[in-house]
Amino acid sequence: MSPLDRKLLRDLWRMKGQAVAIGLVIAVGTMLLIMMDGLVNMLDETRQAYYQRYRLADVFAPVARAPERLLDDLAHLPGVAAAEGRVVGDALIDVEGADLPVRARAVSLPATGAPRLNDIHLSQGRLLNSEQPDEVLVLESFARAHGLVPGDTISATMNGSRRTFMIVGLAQSPEFLYTTAPGELLPDDARFAVLWLNRAAMAAAYDMKGAFNEALLSIGRGADEKAVLKAVDRLLEAYGGLGAYSLADQFSNRFVSTEIEELGNTSRSVPPLFLGVAAFLLFIVITRMVQAEREQIGLLKAFGYSGAEVSLHYFKFVLVIAIGGAILGSLAGIVAGRAFAVFYQHFFKFPFLVFRLDPGTFVIGFLVSIASASAGGLLVLRRVFSLTPAVAMRPPAPPDYSRTVQFGRVMRRLLDQPSRMVLRRIMRQPVRMIGAVVGIAAGMALSVATSALMVAFTQMLDVTFTVIDRSDAAVAFVAPMSDRTVHELRRMEGVIAAEPFRIVPVVLRNGLNSYRGSINGFVEEPVLNRALDKDARPIFMRKDGIILSEPLADILEVSAGEVITVEVREGRRPVLQIPVVEIAQSLLGSPTYMEIGALNRALREPGRISGAFLRVDAAFRKEVYRKLKDMPAVAGISEKEVTRESLVRQVNTGAGATRYVMAAIAAIITFGIIYNSARIAFAERARDLASLRVIGFSKGEAAYILLGELALVTLVALPIGAGLGYYLSFALSAAYSTDLYQVPAVFAPQSYGSAMVAVLSAAVVSGLLVKRELDRMELVSALKTRE
Amino acid sequence: MPKGDVPQMTPAFHTRGLTKVYGEGAAAVHALRGVNLEIPEGEIVVLLGPSGSGKSTLLNILGGLDSATGGTAWFRDMELTAMSDTELTRFRRDHVGFVFQFYNLMPSLTAFENVELVTEIAQNPLSAQEALELVDLHERVDHFPAQLSGGEQQRVAIARAVAKQPTVLFCDEPTGALDSTTGRSVLKVLKEVNDKLGTTVLIITHAAATAAMAHRVINFADGNIRDVVVNETRLDPEEIHW
Ligand SMILES: Nc1ncnc2c1ncn2[C@@H]1O[C@H](COP(=O)(O)OP(=O)(O)OP(=O)(O)O)[C@@H](O)[C@H]1O
Ligand SMILES: [Mg+2]
Repeated sequence: MSPLDRKLLRDLWRMKGQAVAIGLVIAVGTMLLIMMDGLVNMLDETRQAYYQRYRLADVFAPVARAPERLLDDLAHLPGVAAAEGRVVGDALIDVEGADLPVRARAVSLPATGAPRLNDIHLSQGRLLNSEQPDEVLVLESFARAHGLVPGDTISATMNGSRRTFMIVGLAQSPEFLYTTAPGELLPDDARFAVLWLNRAAMAAAYDMKGAFNEALLSIGRGADEKAVLKAVDRLLEAYGGLGAYSLADQFSNRFVSTEIEELGNTSRSVPPLFLGVAAFLLFIVITRMVQAEREQIGLLKAFGYSGAEVSLHYFKFVLVIAIGGAILGSLAGIVAGRAFAVFYQHFFKFPFLVFRLDPGTFVIGFLVSIASASAGGLLVLRRVFSLTPAVAMRPPAPPDYSRTVQFGRVMRRLLDQPSRMVLRRIMRQPVRMIGAVVGIAAGMALSVATSALMVAFTQMLDVTFTVIDRSDAAVAFVAPMSDRTVHELRRMEGVIAAEPFRIVPVVLRNGLNSYRGSINGFVEEPVLNRALDKDARPIFMRKDGIILSEPLADILEVSAGEVITVEVREGRRPVLQIPVVEIAQSLLGSPTYMEIGALNRALREPGRISGAFLRVDAAFRKEVYRKLKDMPAVAGISEKEVTRESLVRQVNTGAGATRYVMAAIAAIITFGIIYNSARIAFAERARDLASLRVIGFSKGEAAYILLGELALVTLVALPIGAGLGYYLSFALSAAYSTDLYQVPAVFAPQSYGSAMVAVLSAAVVSGLLVKRELDRMELVSALKTRE
Repeated sequence: MPKGDVPQMTPAFHTRGLTKVYGEGAAAVHALRGVNLEIPEGEIVVLLGPSGSGKSTLLNILGGLDSATGGTAWFRDMELTAMSDTELTRFRRDHVGFVFQFYNLMPSLTAFENVELVTEIAQNPLSAQEALELVDLHERVDHFPAQLSGGEQQRVAIARAVAKQPTVLFCDEPTGALDSTTGRSVLKVLKEVNDKLGTTVLIITHAAATAAMAHRVINFADGNIRDVVVNETRLDPEEIHW
């Protein structure tokens, strides 16, 4: 090994603490980069493989009732590869121990063989016997949530009549990765079931002999999906087609896709942060090293080492750390990626997982990490090049303090000698001090922003469930009812208030942008469930147009005053032109609002309601729910508390969960930067401090000079970091907002407080660690070596 | 360039009107004021002069460490003052050995490794072991500079300088920090290198007695040569006392 490489190893060993710290920062960055990319790829590929293996349809076409023979026509439409018809229907299930009936979707399976499209994955038990009309397969996640196993019986109300079924197997389906009852926003395994029955049994229950009420289509490669949708709608028009929609609009798929995408988005913002910090730290460390080894660099050049050779030596130092970190990070990334994939496999309910390591992302992640981390070092090498070898010949020049301030007599009386030394040094090396301030300010900013993010999540839940939704429960009817029903509800004992609502499924269009959702018709001045403007003030419903939530306005690219097209997917299915009159803030989903009377007029269905929000006396709650459950018109009741729990679960296990990782990361980075600053200050001053100790300064005084500097830099950095953190929190909130929920950007004083505590404790701990080292310093050897 | 081809008359170094100014304007320091000088091949030359007279500056320029402000300096038939940075690096690598006033060892390398630093890139070096034996350093070769005395450090520095068997050897106060016994052994090594390898040796010193071992003594004052003395008879380092 060449002597220079040996020097390299010894330098690394001498600075092992810092080298390891920086290497770890790079490792975490690389790990996240490779893990997230790998994870997102794996999940996406698994999703697609799952869809393919179980032949998930590309187009879903609900229809009132279409004769069997129409399937042939559908299959022969241009671009259609295969068509399948099935019978689906809503059902209510009684589950032991539950206050409320559980809403369910019943789906038919063909008498013989697997369905052409939307096959199921049997995870337990056996398939249906086509001779047995009362056998049923149940969605596995629902069965798990209620402890149901094959052999159990289950009673369900279908189309008004109640029947008992025998569970013969549990199944999974790519169509129902995420399930929620119609009108509900959040998936909840326990509160929505999917049942698979024999086609004959379904036909009998829903009066569909020789007919189907949902067509499934797969389309050929390169076929025009929009054209197919149009053709299907035209064909089914006469049979009460409810509007075909593509897989992209299918609820479960939309949810899973955004969730995976979101996972990629939020996580992609983090690795650059790490690599940036690592580059910054390496820059500082190498700058300092080159500064301290000026004579050695001159010496090497005097012996005939070229500028490039010497630079390479220092660059190798950077490279070793960067590559070491990147290798560690890559390995950890692969392992963590797999572990997380297994976790998310359960989260997304995939029956299998496609493990695949994409060498491309791996190599790119590896190289990007090394390149970005060493960019900091490269900047410094210029200096190595420009150093003349003659410096080796000169004695080490004492640093020039002549250009710093001469303290006046007043200052001299106010400040003791050590304090003056601290101030002089800071003023003499402003650039280095600015570097340290920027580093610590960045740590502060990160802490503020992540802490604000935590507050934002809490606030989102609070606002949603205390300010926006102030009801206790919402009751939904099987079909729109007369508004007189509200009076009946109000008359029930225990019901304090009832407020009707109308929900209409629609497709909103503006130019090329469209969105499948629903319009909420609320009373003019809602009390139990309100919309808020961007200042969180409640807004009244409007008769002259619709109110769009902000994310929806973004999707459709409209602003207040413009007119959009509303295609109603219910009843007469009119196509309406309605002006957008206001944009509302929304935290949950992307709702659209309108005054209920105006909505009904537009539909030409006056006095109809889909359900009501209820305020119920706590003492009567059980009783009220039981009574409602027995009403045949009631499709379901959602309790707010349960919804809230679902949302909490959602934000704590889905993409939102990465906020905790983010917070941990912020803490590590903050501490890393501060500790590094302290270490560097110590290494730079070891010789001076030893000299001071020799001429009689105490350990305390020496520590004061060193730590005084750190304290001053930290204090300057705090307000700057607080300012940066304010802006960073906007970016983080935006990054964490999803299709499902929006994270508000909040200004939370407590997050500044906790961030400050975090930064100050990091500074105190770093100070103590460095002080310990200072106390242990051997004076003679510190004086003898130049380092 | 093989030594045999060089005619006896071509000096190892010569300069014409060499000047060096540090700084500008009122603060300018004229370290060299038009130096004309010839140093013949294979000689030991001692450079004497008061502190601040420009000795180190001259040596730095001849050694290719620093650039001149004006005038020309030649090594054999190569014009040092016209060379690029890369050419100077090449020149130092192939021809020059340095012994610095402040030993300048790499603190993170052992004595042995400090010598290896040079043998690594030289064309025809002694082994590090041989070089260290030349300066009588046997046992402590695995020590780091911080574990060596000043004299030992200086001997390592000399071993490092001679290990490449340089054409010219520049020593800036090689004995400045040493007692006379240790100093003499250092001078002995320098003489040996000159005798055995024909290396041209340029020594800066404040110990005037050292001049007795030189072929030629250059007296320096105020940035220029005051006089040059060619010794008829030379003393052996053993006989020098200061
Ligand atoms: N980097 C520099 N910047 C400014 N002036 C310098 C620099 N290096 C040397 N000088 C000045 O140039 C003059 C000559 O310096 P030089 O080092 O050549 O003297 P010297 O003869 O070697 O002295 P000594 O015997 O003390 O080593 C001195 O006045 C010195 O102050
Ligand atoms: Mg000198």
